[in-house]
Amino acid sequence: MPKLTDVKKVLVIGSGPIIIGQAAEFDYAGTQACRALKEEGYEVVLVNSNPATIMTDVNIADRVYVEPVNVQFLESIIKREKPDSLLATLGGQVGLNLAMALDEKGILAANNIRLLGTPISAIKRGEDRELFKEAMERIHQPVPQSTIVETVEAACDFAKEIGYPLIVRPAYTLGGTGGGIAEDDETLTDIVQKGLGYSPIGQCLIERSIAGWKEIEFEVIRDAADNCITVCSMENVDPVGVHTGDSVVVAPAQTLNVREMNMLRQASIDIVRELGVCGGCNVQLALDPFSENYCVIEVNPRVSRSSALASKATGYPIAKVTSKIAIGYTLDEIENAVTKTTKACFEPTIDYIVLKFPRWPFDKFVTADRTLGTQMKATGEVMAIERSFEASLLKAIRSLEIGLIHLEMPELKELSDAEIKERIARTDDERLFVLTEALRRGISIDYIYSITKMDKWFLEKLQNIVDMENALKTEELTPALLLQAKRMGFADSVIGGYVGKTMFEVRNLRKANSILPTYKMVDTCAAEFEAVTPYYYSTYATEDEVVRSERKKVVVLGSGPIRIGQGVEFDYCSVHSVWALRELGYETIIINNNPETVSTDFDISDKLYFEPLTLEDVLNVIDKEQPEGVIVQFGGQTAINLAGPLAEAGVKILGSSVDSIDRAEDRERFEQLLTDCNIPRPQGHTVFDTEGALKAAASVSYPVMVRPSYVLGGRAMEIVYNDDELKNYMTYAVKASHEHPVLVDHYLQGTEVEVDAICDGKDVLIPGIMEHVERAGVHSGDSIAVYPPRSLSEFVIQTIIDYTNKMALGLEVHGMINIQYIVRGEEVYVIEVNPRSSRTVPFLSKTTGVPMVNVATKAAMGHSIVEQGFKPGLRLFPDYYAVKAPVFSFNKMSNVDITLGPEMKSTGEVMAADYKFSRALYKACIASGINVPKEGSILMTVADLDKPEAIEVARGFEELGYRVIATEGTARYLEEHGVHVEVATKVSQGSPNILDDIKAGRIGMVINTTNQGRDAERDGFKIRRSTVEHAIACLTSMDTARALLRTMNAMRRRRVISVIALQDLAWED
Amino acid sequence: MHKINYTGKLVLADGSVYEGELLGRRDAVGEVVFTTGVVGYQEALTDPTFCGQVVVMTYPLIGNYGVNEMFNQGAKSYVQGLVVGELCEVPSNWRSEKTVAEFLNEQNVPTLVGVDTRAITRKLRKQGVMRGVIVPTGTAQAEIDALLAAPEAHDQVAQVTTQEIFTVGQGKNHVAVLDMGNKNYLLEHLAGLNCRCTVFPATATAEEILACNTAGVFLTDGPGNPKDAVEQIATVRELLGKKPIFAIGLGHQVLALAAGADTYKLKFGHRGSNQPVKRLANGRIDITSQNHGYAVDERSLEGKDAVITHLSMNDGCVEGVEYPEQKAFSVQYIPDLVAGEAGQEYLFKHFVELMEEC
Repeated sequence: MPKLTDVKKVLVIGSGPIIIGQAAEFDYAGTQACRALKEEGYEVVLVNSNPATIMTDVNIADRVYVEPVNVQFLESIIKREKPDSLLATLGGQVGLNLAMALDEKGILAANNIRLLGTPISAIKRGEDRELFKEAMERIHQPVPQSTIVETVEAACDFAKEIGYPLIVRPAYTLGGTGGGIAEDDETLTDIVQKGLGYSPIGQCLIERSIAGWKEIEFEVIRDAADNCITVCSMENVDPVGVHTGDSVVVAPAQTLNVREMNMLRQASIDIVRELGVCGGCNVQLALDPFSENYCVIEVNPRVSRSSALASKATGYPIAKVTSKIAIGYTLDEIENAVTKTTKACFEPTIDYIVLKFPRWPFDKFVTADRTLGTQMKATGEVMAIERSFEASLLKAIRSLEIGLIHLEMPELKELSDAEIKERIARTDDERLFVLTEALRRGISIDYIYSITKMDKWFLEKLQNIVDMENALKTEELTPALLLQAKRMGFADSVIGGYVGKTMFEVRNLRKANSILPTYKMVDTCAAEFEAVTPYYYSTYATEDEVVRSERKKVVVLGSGPIRIGQGVEFDYCSVHSVWALRELGYETIIINNNPETVSTDFDISDKLYFEPLTLEDVLNVIDKEQPEGVIVQFGGQTAINLAGPLAEAGVKILGSSVDSIDRAEDRERFEQLLTDCNIPRPQGHTVFDTEGALKAAASVSYPVMVRPSYVLGGRAMEIVYNDDELKNYMTYAVKASHEHPVLVDHYLQGTEVEVDAICDGKDVLIPGIMEHVERAGVHSGDSIAVYPPRSLSEFVIQTIIDYTNKMALGLEVHGMINIQYIVRGEEVYVIEVNPRSSRTVPFLSKTTGVPMVNVATKAAMGHSIVEQGFKPGLRLFPDYYAVKAPVFSFNKMSNVDITLGPEMKSTGEVMAADYKFSRALYKACIASGINVPKEGSILMTVADLDKPEAIEVARGFEELGYRVIATEGTARYLEEHGVHVEVATKVSQGSPNILDDIKAGRIGMVINTTNQGRDAERDGFKIRRSTVEHAIACLTSMDTARALLRTMNAMRRRRVISVIALQDLAWED
Repeated sequence: MHKINYTGKLVLADGSVYEGELLGRRDAVGEVVFTTGVVGYQEALTDPTFCGQVVVMTYPLIGNYGVNEMFNQGAKSYVQGLVVGELCEVPSNWRSEKTVAEFLNEQNVPTLVGVDTRAITRKLRKQGVMRGVIVPTGTAQAEIDALLAAPEAHDQVAQVTTQEIFTVGQGKNHVAVLDMGNKNYLLEHLAGLNCRCTVFPATATAEEILACNTAGVFLTDGPGNPKDAVEQIATVRELLGKKPIFAIGLGHQVLALAAGADTYKLKFGHRGSNQPVKRLANGRIDITSQNHGYAVDERSLEGKDAVITHLSMNDGCVEGVEYPEQKAFSVQYIPDLVAGEAGQEYLFKHFVELMEEC
């Protein structure tokens, strides 16, 4: 079927901000979709509130709307742009839900918009539990015994009928939000009550638990002519019970026999045909390990996280093919981008093993419940490719950025055998490490299997790893043993650890014995056809397929898995750096391991190496490719951390030197620079123990900001107000030592200002200055940032320009530099400098129109700013305001305090722009999911320090017509200052209390600030958590509250919805 | 757990050498081919079509789910030798009765383990399939040369066909099966479609078959160059037009040769379970299992009572032909019912219809 000719203008819905359950995979999918549509000559209108994406670049779509992704804003965009078609199946669950909402509200029909790809009817059959069940029954596909409930009572009745355990899945939520496994009436009541709240239609599916069965997924693609293929099978290492996003997954499935594999493949195809999906679809099935009984767990009638994984695992571009199918092509008409000679209508076959390992945020959320279940908790994932399971697993571990290079956790060594046995039963993020530790202690595979139900095939592989460890410990390291260890994926440093050698000694031994990695191509076809994909992985085999070209080449290091503190922004930067290098005529080589990203799409760089970002793995690629050098400044902390070791190994770091990086990161050297430049910073000291900390605090005076040196995302950073808190911090939060000092700085309350600048060694270009809404103390990644700044005086701005110039030149920056300042009155202090790309670069690039990464990359390669056509100095401010707001995933993380502080907690961000500041801020709040109530009650419970500020806020909300309720202390204070408020009932005073009010929906928003430590103040914690569970807004900073109040005031008599395309914001200097 | 104590190597006709550990102390010589299936290793090992060949598995992990008698395609293993990346020593599947290594030992199939099978695949893809030998390390070059120079076999069909006539099924449509390398399940499937199959050795003459007065004839798949099947071509030529014929694999090639068309050797063949085939009648694409090193020459069908019905989506080679006048039709691929490909049912139904029409 040829492409649709009556389609001219297509609206594409992006997935919005990164949250748990919806990560960078939709930037990858959406970008492919936009490019595929443009390739066909269609005009593309894109809506996505997430600025840190490639897809929201102005060259990806003709019209880019960085606006809230909801019905009202989409309707406005539709009215303005008048698209004739909508593509919604590449924007995750968000896109799908919106397409359904637009359809139900008649907006599609009223505007004559056709939905491309999978029709609404098919989406509904896949998404609506009841319709899905009916469809499965029609084609005799087994589904677990289940029922749909809209009340807790109905759930309990069903439980009486079929017994426990039961799985609860709220309808239409992503990442399994609000779901769980219920073992008894009490847990069932709890989960269902919350689940009904999460489900936009107030429904939960209750089903018989099939925990312990194998969990298998198929990625299926179907076209309008009913051709249907499976791209990839995947098997979860964890049996059913753990969300697939939190499972270690292998592709292809490993433990299925031929009949089982074919049976489930055919079932997947039959299901997709019955639903009528047009494009990519994901089918999840459960298989009894001891019979051919199976059942269908779930279908995602859209491109999903699994599609991204399947695409990267096979080389088959699912998102691109889905887009082409949506515009009318059939599979046999679409070119196979890998071979260029065959068509997309085939099933990839692979000749390696792919392993996906989730990346969880428990390093940041130390109090969070680490148990894994039906609700996804991972923020990101890594993928590894090798020719054995063991090697693939070990590569994945090295890629995770959790400080481990092997399937071994030092902390587990300290546990007793009994503790290890107890841990085996616990389904958490450390489980594979625990199981391996158990095997090391001689606990049998049978025993582990009896508890975990993890297929013995996987356990045998863990045993192989343990056996190899023992061989290395006890046998002489012959070349044959070394080769075996390398084939099993052991890192040089790990081998060295067993035999008393350094990583470099092992490396040299390898080289002396010609034990070198070979690189093989990912080609969709197991080498059956000649392929042109420059997509490689390493393995210790005999033939190396990489042909080194004679061109000048540069390696760009990627940023690894998405985690808190290092999100999709850095992938955006890596991709733009590659594009800039290509413009300069270099051959570009990307090394990265995140399957969700645009950077690991094989047609972004000239060569893609899908490898862990460790010194050994990177050096191996460099040995192979002999590049001019390596660019590290765009890959976040992952890449920056490699700069020093790479330079020591003789690799040239392009752009800012390792010395520049060190001078910014090393406390003493940095202080020297500031002294030389006469730039003030908050007073502080480096300490190595508690005593030193107390002394330092006394000298700089409380409050103090404490943190370990060398961290990203503010890990273990706290503001403490007295000696007791400081002692507590030094005892529990950090392990200070001479290798790991702790920084104690005076905490300056003031306005936080952030600058991203580009320096070519001679001139400095400052595209923009951002001002934070929240005062210093809230991590910059969690603050609302505004560009251009609104409250800074000309003098302050001049000072900031001056300091920025001095530091960029003083540090001899070649490329990007990010500086954070605190402004108090007319005083400007520097708090942090990073000679690398920061997370605000995509936001600032989009709002200033300066292609910052492009300019910075070229500057790093020796092209001056002036030569590139830019005028050094601060660019003129535009007439509009752009606001960046953080987005959190607290509803996925139970037991995590949502109070904002120096530790970063957000998982993503949104942007909104408008000529009116209030509207920009308001739109950003809406986009970030702050559920601003139109009327009703606002609960205030604030810390003593904040009480004076609370007066204005309380009065303001009252004037806006809200009823203000306050807890006792706050209420008394407000009353004393003439604000009349109601007094709330404390939790300890019995029911009905504040929590009941929140539960019952009697409170529309909570303003709660605290100056206490993490565990203190249980009432406040309970209130904050209950706002998350019941999806109501909770502001934990008076600054946010005040800003929101002013905005609501300003917008009271104005329309909120007003949309502007980025192209219309374009700013000429 | 099986321990491999020997090392060995695969030496190809062009002199390239691939070393590994050797399981089974017998030399293997034959045409070296690769197959790309991720599962189905036991089916490959027992597929008569691989008779005389050394099979290279592109998927590196072989034996994960062990071996179960139910997966056998033929009575035993027909491959000359096997080359794999890794042989699973401890399979894990409820159907597993023994390990692949145990099976290979029983079947006396020399197997080279720990090999970069992708490297061999790339070589064969670029240079075409070629002969090779698996020998223990240290085998004298003269011996290797002698093995490589040994005359190629031309009697693979004779090696795999049944010695005696037998029947499968009780149905009303009586089908004569010319066994050139039968796969068990296909007969069972025909039996399930109300057929009674009488299976003849490949040497059966047309008279013998016609004497049975069956409603139709089924030509099986099988090994080797179709042009070696001289007797069978002659037999089919006589049957053509007299009985409805359904042929697959080698049978498809033999039928084409009997109808006066030609066949040619493919550079590296089609072997795997992911081969896309287009049905020209409705444009529908099926993902099929294939195992063939030869193909019917499209041009040679011109001017004959022949309509091309199926084409390979990968290289455009003929995957199905209908001979309307003769009430005969064939497909090159294997309508793999084990794979549960419900989509292939129409071929069998078509055959039954033709038989019932007559």
